[in-house]
Amino acid sequence: MTLPVVIDIKALDQLVQTLAKDRQVMGPVRRDGAVVYEEIQGVDDLPRGWIDEQEGGHYRLKREGDKLFGYTVGPSSWKRFLHPPKQTLWRAGGGGITPEPIAEDRFAFLGVRGCELAAIQVQDKVFMDGPYRDPHYAARRENLFIVAVNCTRAGATCFCASMDTGPKVNPGYDIALTEIDGGLLAEVGSDAGGAALAALTSRPATEADLAAAAQGIKDAEGQMGRKLNTDGLADILKDNPDHPRWSVVADACLNCANCTMVCPTCFCTTVDEVSALDSDEVSRENRWASCFTTEFSYVHGGAVRPGAKARYRQWMTHKLGTWWDQFDSSGCTGCGRCITWCPVGIDITEEAAAIRGEGG
Amino acid sequence: MAKPRLGVFKFSSCDGCQLSLLDCEDELLAVAGAIDIAYFPEATRSDDVGHYDIAFIEGSVTTPHEAEMIQDIRARSTALITLGACATSGGIQALKNGADTAAFIDAVYAHPEYIDTLDTATPISDHVTVDFELRGCPISKRDLIELVAATVVGRTPQTPSHAACIECKLAGHVCVMVSQGTPCLGPVTHAGCGALCPGYARGCYGCFGPKETPNTAALAAQLANHGADNRQIARLFSTFNTNAPEFRKEAEKHE
Repeated sequence: MTLPVVIDIKALDQLVQTLAKDRQVMGPVRRDGAVVYEEIQGVDDLPRGWIDEQEGGHYRLKREGDKLFGYTVGPSSWKRFLHPPKQTLWRAGGGGITPEPIAEDRFAFLGVRGCELAAIQVQDKVFMDGPYRDPHYAARRENLFIVAVNCTRAGATCFCASMDTGPKVNPGYDIALTEIDGGLLAEVGSDAGGAALAALTSRPATEADLAAAAQGIKDAEGQMGRKLNTDGLADILKDNPDHPRWSVVADACLNCANCTMVCPTCFCTTVDEVSALDSDEVSRENRWASCFTTEFSYVHGGAVRPGAKARYRQWMTHKLGTWWDQFDSSGCTGCGRCITWCPVGIDITEEAAAIRGEGG
Repeated sequence: MAKPRLGVFKFSSCDGCQLSLLDCEDELLAVAGAIDIAYFPEATRSDDVGHYDIAFIEGSVTTPHEAEMIQDIRARSTALITLGACATSGGIQALKNGADTAAFIDAVYAHPEYIDTLDTATPISDHVTVDFELRGCPISKRDLIELVAATVVGRTPQTPSHAACIECKLAGHVCVMVSQGTPCLGPVTHAGCGALCPGYARGCYGCFGPKETPNTAALAAQLANHGADNRQIARLFSTFNTNAPEFRKEAEKHE
């Protein structure tokens, strides 16, 4: 096991440059009043000195401190790159069907948080472990290099500590960073990560560095704005399809689907046949779909889930309950995006507590 | 297979939707190749004669003459398809519904005696059977081309009726309501525009009208939480689709 080292911002920039030689490096940037993930050229692109203030249906950026990774998580998640909003599957024309060539994207992600790495691992199970492997996802995942970041600050809608996914990242990264005074503690999680780190200027981590990193993570754990009691939750949800709370949440729910769009584990898609006007070519395109739409559960004669009550119940019961039966894990990693980015601030932790019979 | 014969008809409207046909630009030749544009005063000199396989109707019914004309066109058309907010919900001119038409006419026109108008602006579907409605103020080019492509091969056009929010998220825009507190009708508005306004940091104006299962009451409550007063909320729902039942009812609650 390689011992942790400390690198400075210049070395982190060097890491980005090195990774960029044969990869698209995606990282956090400040755009339109939020921290979103886009291609970055170097450390200068990072939202240094900006943190986010989050609540149900509320997100604002503000200046505070000078950390690179002082923000928590924004509206976009890494699934945008591994499982993009649209993906052509095949094209037909001239009497034959041509599968779309397998994706050749080579990504490096900088700034993957604990809840986010866990979410990627949830989608790995969906797209790679079952009988219906998604070859495009698998190829992008295979080529992926992950620089994770341990959170040293948590937001008001964060609850990764309840989901055992953070604030310290679980294994699965190539390199994990923790921002401490005077630099970044860097830990190796893979051979590729070790090789990349060895090429950088660094110094061995001292006891004080390790203690500072541990303290930062502990601080974040203490700042979790939300809690989710997962004890027996899957059964509680499955046993309560007629709980009066579902009607309460339905009154507030816009069934706009924002929660499913921002959720880093929601994976559902629909397919569109796209036909050209001036040729006989047709392509089949995969597109993000949501269980909050009528089309999603439409069968002959109507939608199985006609309104917000049935849709919210389906979404939450799947996310926190039946996901376990299907994929042997929770579908929620505690990132809090569905709370913050719900335009009316519906809170999955509050709804779960209410179904359990606590609070709410 | 003979190309379907198309007629394009204008009722009370601004012409923007039918001009979207000419705005097809790169795809215009393909559109012209797929259908026989038999009657389209904005583009050709041909007279309105005979039967149409497809009739595109733009605009709402606001005069006695229009109320008769739509019956005639319906009788001469196989598929009658409405284009845009005026034809599908009445349009911005439906703001006159429920108000004093005579007073408007007196205020606006020097010679009110020349004006022959109904007291309401109503959607085409209030008058005749409509086979398909394309939303928007104006309609989107993508939807129009999809409509033509689907119609010529006899399939249902793919114009999802879910919230504009899904298109907004697919496009990667940051939610203006959550990140800036900007009033936005996206959560209750039919998709189709590609989330144009949020892409320019503006809230959705609801040009495509109500989505499927719109919860306007919950959205209005949140707009009030963000500081909007009743008048602002009523006005937000009273624009291009003011006569769409879901928007009209929500506006009335705040008047």
